[in-house]
Amino acid sequence: MKKFILLIIFSFFIFCSQSLLAVECPSEGGVFPETTLAVPQKADEKDYLGIKGEGSFKLSDINARVLILEVFSMYCPYCQKEAPIVNELYQIIDNRQDIKDKIKIIGIGAGNTPFEVEVFRKQYNIPFPLFSDESFSIHKAVGDVRTPYFFVFKIKPDGSNKIIYSKGGTIQDPNQFLDLIIKKSGL
Amino acid sequence: MLFKCKFNFITILWVLILLFSTTNSYSLSEQYKGKIYNPGVLNPLDSVIKLKVGDKAPDFTLPSVSGEKISLRQYSSKKNVVISFVPAAWTPVCSDQWPGYNIAKNFFDKHDTILIGITVDNIPTLYAWTSEMGNLWFPVLSDFWPHGAVAEKYGVLRSDGVSERALFVIDKKGIIRYIDVHDINQRPKLEVLVKELEKFTN
Repeated sequence: MKKFILLIIFSFFIFCSQSLLAVECPSEGGVFPETTLAVPQKADEKDYLGIKGEGSFKLSDINARVLILEVFSMYCPYCQKEAPIVNELYQIIDNRQDIKDKIKIIGIGAGNTPFEVEVFRKQYNIPFPLFSDESFSIHKAVGDVRTPYFFVFKIKPDGSNKIIYSKGGTIQDPNQFLDLIIKKSGL
Repeated sequence: MLFKCKFNFITILWVLILLFSTTNSYSLSEQYKGKIYNPGVLNPLDSVIKLKVGDKAPDFTLPSVSGEKISLRQYSSKKNVVISFVPAAWTPVCSDQWPGYNIAKNFFDKHDTILIGITVDNIPTLYAWTSEMGNLWFPVLSDFWPHGAVAEKYGVLRSDGVSERALFVIDKKGIIRYIDVHDINQRPKLEVLVKELEKFTN
């Protein structure tokens, strides 16, 4: 009997620990997990995100209808190649008055220290806010995706969100990518 | 019965520890398209360090991927040297580390330092692997034959024939200024190395 109980406890723990470990990457139609980030130091980045004060903020606090979130790493050669393409996407959005305030971009540096994120930002003159995920906690919460990985989701007025794009690798042509996002989000 | 219970609890604990310790602490780049072999979590350290800060760095000559032979002594009184040993081509953490250094060149330049990458892989393997990283600005040397001889000289050859993930910072006089034999499963933070380089000019 004791053995039997132990076996059940044992299986329960195995089940729990496995489900904790194997987080699946949220796909299109799904929900991006609630994520808390440190409020940026730079005033222009705070303005861009529409975040006030200090401390931390939630992704749903960002002043945007659609958020493009790139999971990158300073150490990832593909992300290095992708950086100018994402910068171009930012410029295209920034030049369009009709969507500029509705679509925002951020980057999450998987396993990168703030120093390493800064090296990446400086190297490629990245105009949008980048955040350090030194402990890989966000990276883990989205299923250990390969980098770069792009999530695009709509932020609803009640703070909930819905993923409209979830894909690894290059976004290819930034103009076509933007068209796709606008179409899928119904902006 | 009591013994059995204890044994079971220990087994459970052991399995739990094993499960939780196998979480990834790296991210893979799309660049390698799933070609990276996952060796799992390895024993953090598996060699006995032979050198210490203040020692003369042992000289060596090894073939590089670009074809020329490179010796440590050729930088003597010209450049500070960082040697980056990484365990093996096509493995998770290593496939990241050098591409990161590749965009950190200005830190090395600023402090009059050259970087040398070394693994125990042979040249064709290193050629294929480093080609995926883009153009590296620093030489990559093969410590393949006699197998791991340089890693052995530096005390960073593991029992399975790969090297540790180790950094040696050597000044222009050939004296070792910093050693980091890192947990093989984790990437050393860039800022720690940069701080060491800053000591050359500050």
